[in-house]
Amino acid sequence: MIMGMTITEKILAAHAGVETVQAGDLINAKVDIVLSNDITGPPAINEFRKLGAIKVFDKERVVMIPDHFSPAKDIKSAEQCKAIRDFAKEQDLTHYYEVGQMGIEHCLLPEMGIVGPGDLVIGADSHTVTYGALGAFSTGVGSTDAAAAMATGEVWLRVPETIKVILKGKPKNPWVVGKDVILALIGKIGVDGARYQALEFTGEGLEQLSMDSRFSIANMAIEAGAKNGIMAFDEKTRDYVKGRVKKPYIFYQSDPDAKYAEVIEMDLSTLKPQVAFPHIPSNTRDIDNVGDVAIDQVVIGSCTNGRMEDMRTAAKVLKGKKVHPYLRLIVIPGTQAIYQECIKEGIVDIIINAGGVFSTPTCGPCLGGYMGILAKGERAVSTTNRNFVGRMGDPESEVYLASPAIAAATAIQGKISSPEEVR
Amino acid sequence: MTKYIGKVWRVGDDIDTDLIIAARYLNDASEEFLKMHCLEDVIPDFIGKIQKGDILVAGKNFGCGSSREHAPVAIKAAGISCVIAQSFARIFYRNAINIGLPIVTASEAVWGISTGDNVEVDVNQGYIYNVTTGEEYETETFPPFIQEIIKAGNLLNYVKGRVKFND
Ligand code: SF4
Repeated sequence: MIMGMTITEKILAAHAGVETVQAGDLINAKVDIVLSNDITGPPAINEFRKLGAIKVFDKERVVMIPDHFSPAKDIKSAEQCKAIRDFAKEQDLTHYYEVGQMGIEHCLLPEMGIVGPGDLVIGADSHTVTYGALGAFSTGVGSTDAAAAMATGEVWLRVPETIKVILKGKPKNPWVVGKDVILALIGKIGVDGARYQALEFTGEGLEQLSMDSRFSIANMAIEAGAKNGIMAFDEKTRDYVKGRVKKPYIFYQSDPDAKYAEVIEMDLSTLKPQVAFPHIPSNTRDIDNVGDVAIDQVVIGSCTNGRMEDMRTAAKVLKGKKVHPYLRLIVIPGTQAIYQECIKEGIVDIIINAGGVFSTPTCGPCLGGYMGILAKGERAVSTTNRNFVGRMGDPESEVYLASPAIAAATAIQGKISSPEEVR
Repeated sequence: MTKYIGKVWRVGDDIDTDLIIAARYLNDASEEFLKMHCLEDVIPDFIGKIQKGDILVAGKNFGCGSSREHAPVAIKAAGISCVIAQSFARIFYRNAINIGLPIVTASEAVWGISTGDNVEVDVNQGYIYNVTTGEEYETETFPPFIQEIIKAGNLLNYVKGRVKFND
């Protein structure tokens, strides 16, 4: 008798060319996409050459995106961007996107339909986990792993155990989004609560959440230490990939008798907007319990919350309001398409009229690159995913993680606030 | 080499990749540059103080955060011979093995070891001996497949030995 398998196990088995796998198995799997960026790409290219490889295994499946320090923030970054540009030219890569077309990689790949349900994706970027929202197995690796996969089209993986997260109920608080779900989960299980494991999200609560919210959830699976975050599919998933993903794809679902290491239930009906205090994403509080925290800068963007829903929420809160004096509001859409849509919908006007800046797509301040670095002692509310020491600037600065609604309200109030407090 | 002897630098739980090498230094991937900033926000002037062969001992979830291979590269280039931790974050674990930085998981050992102790680690035999305190601890050993990569020195050598490329 064949034992029931989870979505993750099914995708890994299919890519290893075997009938079945079990948690703990070490497999050699074929990859559908290998991703890298302007930071991890150059070392991967070096390793690729050291390997003696000449051509990538498939020019349509090796993806390189200059998004972290790009448009290049300094000479060294320009060299790194040039290294992947030259490589993309030399190898004639189908999916290389230059400034003007590029976006934050984890916003861009799903939007362009480069990743589809059932795919196995590895990326030299830890937030590669984002594509789990589409029902793909995707995980972060280092540059050497990426190099080996660029050359061979394969990767070694240990099949992870799966933690099932059942989302129940419908959010009653109108501002609750995917970001709050994942922050609350990390608050509950800790930053290593799912270490080496898969997080599988399911339940009626998941069906209530938009695709953009689901991307936020999958995106931060890594902040719980997970190998991948993966989701059951529904009509919303089908609608999202229809017309975008041009190659064949498969929706896998977990068997009823699949084995789980643990089952966690979360009730969305009682969930409040969350804020993760410094310096670890698990240091979460309900918005009601944050107290008075004065803020110097607000960043809305990143691969966690730089999508259309996020931009619309920010605009909804900021419309007709002014940013608090001496506070900087920086809004960064995830891709050029989102940027353009923001222009069309008048979102850019709303942000600028409020006294914020509206940037072109980049990772920028999320990892303390540029476009909003914090000075010693400064505090930021950011819709990004990490609030480690020094993440956005000086080691003595502080980052508070929250949703776009909380971030926008904070920009107006000058201290961490809920949109309900804005008048 | 499977045996490492050196002086200990002890750090805590959840040491993330931004602490190991901050993103502000990721515009240069060279070993010489990265090592200069290794762990600088954790142990001020780390690079000025450590000696080649020293051993890093950490709590749980060492290397959590980003996928930057720059983190294990910086540690290795700084001269650390081996990292012992109660547990490692997944991508860091892979990256360390792939680039040939010896790492050891040993839950109990971590608690009893302090900065300045001299320890002896044998990766193959699976033990840590604290020369300073006289205590000895068992460590986890690697699954056979990972041992193959370690034997080859790093992932590249391992892959090289198995695949033929044509253009
Ligand atoms: S937006 Fe931030 S977390 Fe996302 S890929 Fe860029 S640097 Fe990494």
